[in-house]
Amino acid sequence: MAAPRSFTWSRRIFLTLLTGFVLVPVYVMVSSSLKPLADVTDKFRWLPSGLTVRPYIDIWSTVPLAKYFVNSLIVAGAATVCSVVIAVFAAYAVSRYEFRGKRVFTVTVLSTQMFPGILFLLPLFLIYVNIGNATGIALFGSRGGLILTYLTFSLPFSIWMLIGYFDSVPRDLDEAALVDGCGPLKALFRIVVPAAIPGIVAVAVYAFMTAWGEVLFASVMTNDTTRTLAVGLQGYSTLNDVYWNQIMAASLVVSVPVVAGFLLLQRYLVAGLTAGAVK
Amino acid sequence: MTSTALKEPVRENSPGAARELRRRPGRIRRIGLPYLLLLPALLLELLVHLVPMVIGIVMSFKELTQLYIRDWGSAPWSGLGNYKVSVDFDAPVGEALLHSFFVTIGFTLLSVGLCWLIGTAAAVFMQDTFRGRGLLRALFLVPYALPVYAAVITWVFMFQHDNGLVNHVLHDQLHLTGKPSFWLIGDNSFYALLVVSVWKGWPFAFLIVMAGLQNIPKELYEAAALDGAGVWQQIRRITLPSLRPVNQVLVLVLFLWTFNDFNTPYVLFGRSAPEAADLISVHIYQASFVTWNFGTGSAMSVLLLLFLLVVTGVYLLFTSRGRRAADV
Repeated sequence: MAAPRSFTWSRRIFLTLLTGFVLVPVYVMVSSSLKPLADVTDKFRWLPSGLTVRPYIDIWSTVPLAKYFVNSLIVAGAATVCSVVIAVFAAYAVSRYEFRGKRVFTVTVLSTQMFPGILFLLPLFLIYVNIGNATGIALFGSRGGLILTYLTFSLPFSIWMLIGYFDSVPRDLDEAALVDGCGPLKALFRIVVPAAIPGIVAVAVYAFMTAWGEVLFASVMTNDTTRTLAVGLQGYSTLNDVYWNQIMAASLVVSVPVVAGFLLLQRYLVAGLTAGAVK
Repeated sequence: MTSTALKEPVRENSPGAARELRRRPGRIRRIGLPYLLLLPALLLELLVHLVPMVIGIVMSFKELTQLYIRDWGSAPWSGLGNYKVSVDFDAPVGEALLHSFFVTIGFTLLSVGLCWLIGTAAAVFMQDTFRGRGLLRALFLVPYALPVYAAVITWVFMFQHDNGLVNHVLHDQLHLTGKPSFWLIGDNSFYALLVVSVWKGWPFAFLIVMAGLQNIPKELYEAAALDGAGVWQQIRRITLPSLRPVNQVLVLVLFLWTFNDFNTPYVLFGRSAPEAADLISVHIYQASFVTWNFGTGSAMSVLLLLFLLVVTGVYLLFTSRGRRAADV
């Protein structure tokens, strides 16, 4: 079907403007990361006066970026793995079983989505400190506390999306496996999980991004050794100087893993959303 | 549980008892299994969401200043004192909270509206294939994929007064403004925040609407085309109505995320935002952690939560999807 000119022209104009809007900050990030310091402290220029990779070398010594990177990787990675495993179990229970309190559970889990994060910050801080004092398990300031916090941030959305996804996997499949003598867990891992891989990948991507990008809890609940990238990047501005070229270089470096991962897996995300959240 | 335990000894002598006993382990496992599967999620939600919420509510009735922070249980009760301070709109604290509330409402409505509009337009325009579509789609998702601090810090650089791109373009190149403006302080900060929020948020709407579009059967369009409907008419009569259930969820999620957003204003402005862009979550953060008034901060959080509960409840009541979601 040939689209009328009004449609193709509207599309061209709209998509061009939108591309510009999306790309300008990306261009600023990339180009400024390759500029000498004078170029970023002076008036903005579209083209650098000279290209340099110096910022990419200096970012590692101005602040201990490598350490922050490892911290973020551990925290986000662990939060993702735990969140996905726990969400798979919970979603399987809701999708396949009738039990008392099911509705209360789903509604409660869903409604935690609406709670402002600021509501938890101080109480959680107090709980972690108290648990630490009572049991000696250091949650406050440790990576463990942050992992625990982050994994619950992505949990409600993950459970919700996986319920939808598991519902779309025909029940006959795992019921047949149960009849054949599989235990419920075996049926889950042999039949339901493989059929729901796109949804599970989508949930994992979401969980990782949530943890990698969180700022509020990271800034209150970390110390020198456990600081994540979200807080670490603030180190490039000192009282006297703001190393904008290094900030842009560091921003790019911390973004590449998530953006690359996201773009590689975005097909799964759309597929997961189609079956899960959007039905 | 107790009733079966009490009946057990009596049943022991009955003929079916042996069979009953043999069957029991399996039955228990089947009944217990869903709870066992839910247990980890339940415990975590309890520890990180529900218990803190209860503590937060208790704290809102206490006179909690930094004096008592080590041992918050011993802080004196203040009854409704914190709430009275928060909603006394003639006094400075209440007045600032009310102001922040209206700023947040205005900001959220504008941001959600723009995100939805841009996301939907982009998704609809990219529904059928054309050259470069895959590349463009990947590109459009970049703002969403970028970690918030990396993306927002780039905008901070662009909004700088002396060496930022925005002033360079608006003042030096287009001569639109008399002199370079300040973007991160004063009244302009509202628009700066809005632009960043929309830039970061619209791809999510795009993603969801794209997913929703895949569920519209192609036959609908074919039938409409046979009946002589043009592209614009098809969009108005088929695409948009079919997206209704998707939009109902999308708008609610966008609303809650934007309303509660802390990361964007915090990275953009720091610990205390300018008055024109004083979003409520940063405002409460400041009330609690900068002026050390945790009791008042908690009361404000609880009021915010009540407001969101009411808004969400009313919204769900008026949307069909909400009714379905509540019946899961």
